[in-house]
Amino acid sequence: MEIKVDELAGVKYTAKDFASDVDVKWCPGCGDYSILAQVQRSSPDFGERKENIVWVSGIGCSSRFPYYMNTYGFHGIHGRAGAIATGVKLANPKLQVWVATGDGDMLSIGGNHFIHLCRKNIDVKVIMFNNRIYGLTKGQYSPTSEKGKVTKSSPFGTVDFPFNAVKLATGAGATFVARSFDRDPKHLQDMINRAAKHHGAAFIEVYQNCPIFNDGAFSLLTEKETKPDNVIVLEHGKPLVFGANKEKGIKLDGLNPVVIDLSDGKNSVNDCWIHDEFDDNPTRVFLLARFSDIPNFPVPIGVFRQFSKPTYDKDYVQQISDIQAKKGAGTYEKLMYTTNIWEVR
Amino acid sequence: MEKEKTQEKEIQSLTEVTVRFAGDSGDGMQLSGSQFTETTAIVGNDLSTLPDFPAEIRAPAGSLAGVSGFQLHFSSSDIQTPGDSPDVLVAMNPAALKVNLKDLKPNATIIANSNAFDAKNLKLALYDTNPLEDGSLAGYNVIPVPLTQLTMTALQDLDLSVKEKDKCKNFFALGIMYWIYNRPIDVTSKWIESKFARKPLILEANKRALQAGYNYGETTEIFTTRYEIKPARLPKGIYRNVSGNEAVALGFVAASLKSGLNLFLGSYPITPASEILQELSKYKDFGVITFQAEDEIAGIASAIGASFAGSLAVTTTSGPGLSLKTEAIGLAVMTELPLVIVDVQRGGPSTGLPTKTEQADLLQALYGRHGEAPIIVLSAQSPADCYFMSVEACRLAIKYMTPVLLLTDGYLAFGSEPLRIPEFKDLPEIPVNFRKDAEGFHPYLRDENLARPWAIPGTPGLEHRIGGLEKKDIYGNISYDPENHQVMVNKRKEKIEKAQQDVPDIIVEGDQQGELLVLGWGSTYGAIKEAINHVKAQGYQVSQAHIKYIHPFPKNLGDVLRKFKKILLPELNMGQMATVIRSTFLIDVIQFNKVQGQPLKVSEVENKIKEVLGGQNGN
Ligand code: SF4
Repeated sequence: MEIKVDELAGVKYTAKDFASDVDVKWCPGCGDYSILAQVQRSSPDFGERKENIVWVSGIGCSSRFPYYMNTYGFHGIHGRAGAIATGVKLANPKLQVWVATGDGDMLSIGGNHFIHLCRKNIDVKVIMFNNRIYGLTKGQYSPTSEKGKVTKSSPFGTVDFPFNAVKLATGAGATFVARSFDRDPKHLQDMINRAAKHHGAAFIEVYQNCPIFNDGAFSLLTEKETKPDNVIVLEHGKPLVFGANKEKGIKLDGLNPVVIDLSDGKNSVNDCWIHDEFDDNPTRVFLLARFSDIPNFPVPIGVFRQFSKPTYDKDYVQQISDIQAKKGAGTYEKLMYTTNIWEVR
Repeated sequence: MEKEKTQEKEIQSLTEVTVRFAGDSGDGMQLSGSQFTETTAIVGNDLSTLPDFPAEIRAPAGSLAGVSGFQLHFSSSDIQTPGDSPDVLVAMNPAALKVNLKDLKPNATIIANSNAFDAKNLKLALYDTNPLEDGSLAGYNVIPVPLTQLTMTALQDLDLSVKEKDKCKNFFALGIMYWIYNRPIDVTSKWIESKFARKPLILEANKRALQAGYNYGETTEIFTTRYEIKPARLPKGIYRNVSGNEAVALGFVAASLKSGLNLFLGSYPITPASEILQELSKYKDFGVITFQAEDEIAGIASAIGASFAGSLAVTTTSGPGLSLKTEAIGLAVMTELPLVIVDVQRGGPSTGLPTKTEQADLLQALYGRHGEAPIIVLSAQSPADCYFMSVEACRLAIKYMTPVLLLTDGYLAFGSEPLRIPEFKDLPEIPVNFRKDAEGFHPYLRDENLARPWAIPGTPGLEHRIGGLEKKDIYGNISYDPENHQVMVNKRKEKIEKAQQDVPDIIVEGDQQGELLVLGWGSTYGAIKEAINHVKAQGYQVSQAHIKYIHPFPKNLGDVLRKFKKILLPELNMGQMATVIRSTFLIDVIQFNKVQGQPLKVSEVENKIKEVLGGQNGN
C-alpha cells in the first residue's frame, strides 16, 4: 500500500505556522533559540506541506527541538535519531525528514548511525548543534571538546582529541556538508534552505553557544572584532578570501593551503583557491575541513560540498517497482503455494 | 539380469524412521538432509527435522569440531519431534562417526564412506584403529561404501577438477538413501537443474552422482532390503514443508497482505535469526522493505521509525541482539507504537552457543527493560506454528498499539515440519484504522481496547510529537507530574492486561484433572507430547497443557493448574517459567531443566514423568 501525501499546491505558510504551542524551555541566551527561529523562518520555503515534514531527534538539549516544531515529530532515545529517521524515510519516502541532534548525541553515542546514514546516502537532513559540551547532563566534555578542556568530568583537562565533524561527514559519504553559526541568522537560514532542497544525506554543523556550560566557545568566530580574521565564508566559484577588507586569501601550494597577504603586492586574488562545491573528489573538502584544526587559519563556514548521488530510499523504491513490474505484485497464492507443495486428500 | 536381482530384494514396511546425515561442514550434509526432507514431504510422510551444525563455518576438515549433521524423522503417522536416536547414520568421515555414534539406536545402520577412513582422517578423529575394521561396531549394521571412489568413477569423463567431482559425493549418498527408502529422485533432480542452471557441467555431475547412487543401491548386493513408509494420514489440505525461520518470514508477509500495510524489517544479521532477514529480502514483489541496519539498535530503531510512519514494522534477532534492543523496546512501549520483535533464542549468556537452542531469554522478554514496561510476549511451539504466531504477533501489535515479542529458538528456527497452508480467508483479520479526523484528536486518546490512535505523518491536521519522555494522559505533551506518571503506568499495564481478551483458553490434552499435568511452553511441545503418548501407552494417566501466550497468560491457566495434584514443567533453562508460574499463581511446580544447547529428548521427559509418578501407572 502506498501512503499518499498531498502536494503543496497553493498553500502559503509563515514562520508562525511552524511553531507548536509548547513553551520553549532552553536556558535564556541559549544558541538553540536562534537555530529554532531560523528553521521556522526557512520552513515556508521548503516547498513541503507541514504534515509531510518529520523532525526526529535523540537526547540532549538540542533534541527537544521536535517538540517546538508544528510538524510531525519524534523525540527518540540517545544517539538513535539517525536510525529512527531512516525508518521513517524508508517507510514513506515522500516525507521530508530532518534530524535535530547534538555533538554528543550524534558523534558519540550515535556515531555509528551517523556514518551509516551518510554512507547510504539516505535522504535525511541532519542539523547538528555543536556546543562542544554535554549540556543536558550538566557540563561534561563531548567528542568535539578541544584537547585539554577542563570540564566537570575532566578537572585536569581532557587528553582526547576532538572529532572534526565536517571531515567525518565527508569521509562517511554525506552528499551535502555545510557549517554555520547560531549567531549568523541569514547564513544559517541559507544553509537550512539549501539542505532542504538537497536530495541525499545532508549535514549541517551549527556552532552553537551554550552560555551555561561552555560560554563563549565560539566567540572568536562570532564577535564583530575577531570574526573577519578568523572566519572564511565559502561560496561556490568564489576565491577564498577573508579579513575585514578581504585582504587575506588562501592559496593552494600543491596539497598545502597557505594564507597569503593580498595587500603586499606580491599576491593577488587570482592566486587564491576557488571554491568548488560540486567537486566530486573530496580531497579539497578535507583540506578545507582541516582549516579549523590549524592554528591561525580561518574557520570555514558555508557549503563545503554538495553533489548528487543516487539515494538509498529512491533506489530501494526503484528496485521494488522493477521487481513488481517483472513479477507482478505479490499475492497470497504466490506467497504460499509456489514452492514444493503437496495435497492430502 | 540386473532387474531380476532387484526383484530378489525384499521390501519391508516401516511406520517410522530416523536418519541422520553427518559429515564435514563442507560435505554438503545440510543440503542432502534438506533434499531428502523435501522429497519425503512430497511423498506424503509426516516429518520433523533438526540440523545440528558447528558455530565455525569451516572448522578444519576431518576434525571433530567440524562435524555437521542433519536429522530427519519421518513416519506414516503423526509425529512431533525429529526423533531421539537415529536408526540410520550416513557418516561421510571418521569424525562424523565418532561424534554421532553415541546417539544411535542399538543395531542402527551405519552407511560410511570407507574412502574417508584413511590414516589422516582417523587420526584427526582420534581413532587409533579403523572402526570399520576393528570390530568395535559389532552391535551395528555397518555398510562401508567407497563413496568417493564411486563418485569419481561415475563422473570420470566429465571435464571437472577432482575437487569439483569430490563435492558431488553427497548426492551419491543421497541417491543411495532414496533407493533404500523407496523415494523418487526427481524432486532433487529438478532442484539441481534450477540451482545449477548456469553451470551445466556441475549440474550434470550432481545429477549423475545422484542417479549413480540410486543405481548402486539397486544393483549391488550390499543392500538387501528396501523400506517403505506409507504416506501419513494427515488432515486434508495443501501442505508445504517449512522451517521455523521461514515460517516466521511467511507469517509476516501474510500479515502484511492481511492488514494492507507495507512490511518493514529492520534487522542485523545474527545466528540463528538471519534466515528471517534473508527470506524476507526475497519478497520485494510484496513491497517488503528489509533494512539491513548497521547494528542491532539501528535495526529496532529504524523499525520504530517505520511504525511511526505507518508500516507493519518488525525486527528480528537472538539473545545478544535482544539485550541491545531493550532500550528501544522501552521507547516503543512509551510511544505506544505497534512493533513485533522476534527473538530466536540460542545458548547464552553472551555469545554462548550461537548455533544451539535454549529457552533462557524468557525472563528477559518479560522483564528485561528498565521502568515499568509491560509488553505482549508470545511463543511458538513448532516450526509450522511459527507461521501462525507471527501473524498473531502482528495482529496484536496493531490492535493494542504495542510491542509484541515473539519467542522462538534455534531448534524451531532450523527444524522443519509440514505446514498445512491455511486459506487466506481463514487467517485472522488485521484491521488498521489510521486516524484521519483532526476533530478532537489527541495522540494519547484511547479506544475501547485502550489503544491510542495511529496518526501517521502525511495526515493533514494531525501533526503531533511523541517520544520517550512521560506523556500527559490523553494529550501526549511532556509531563513530569507525579500523579500523571502513575496514571500512565497504570494505563500501559491495563492495556496489555486487556489483551487477555484475545488470548485463547489453554487447552488440556487428556484428562481435565488428575495426578499430573505436564506444562510446557515454546519448542518443547513435541517432545512432551510424544513422551506422554509413550507413557499413556504404558498405562500412566498424564495430561498436557502448553503455553503459547506468555503475557498475558490465558484466563483459565490458574484454574487449569489447580485441577492437578502435580505439575511437571520441563524447560530448556534453569526454571524461568517455573518462577513466573509460582509468582503469578502461588502454585508450585516440579522443575525439569536442561541447558545443554540441545532440545529435550522424548526419553528424558518420559523418564521424568515416570519418576514423578513413582511407577503409579495404574497397573
Ligand atoms: S545547557 Fe546549554 S545547550 Fe542546554 S539549553 Fe542550556 S544553554 Fe542551551
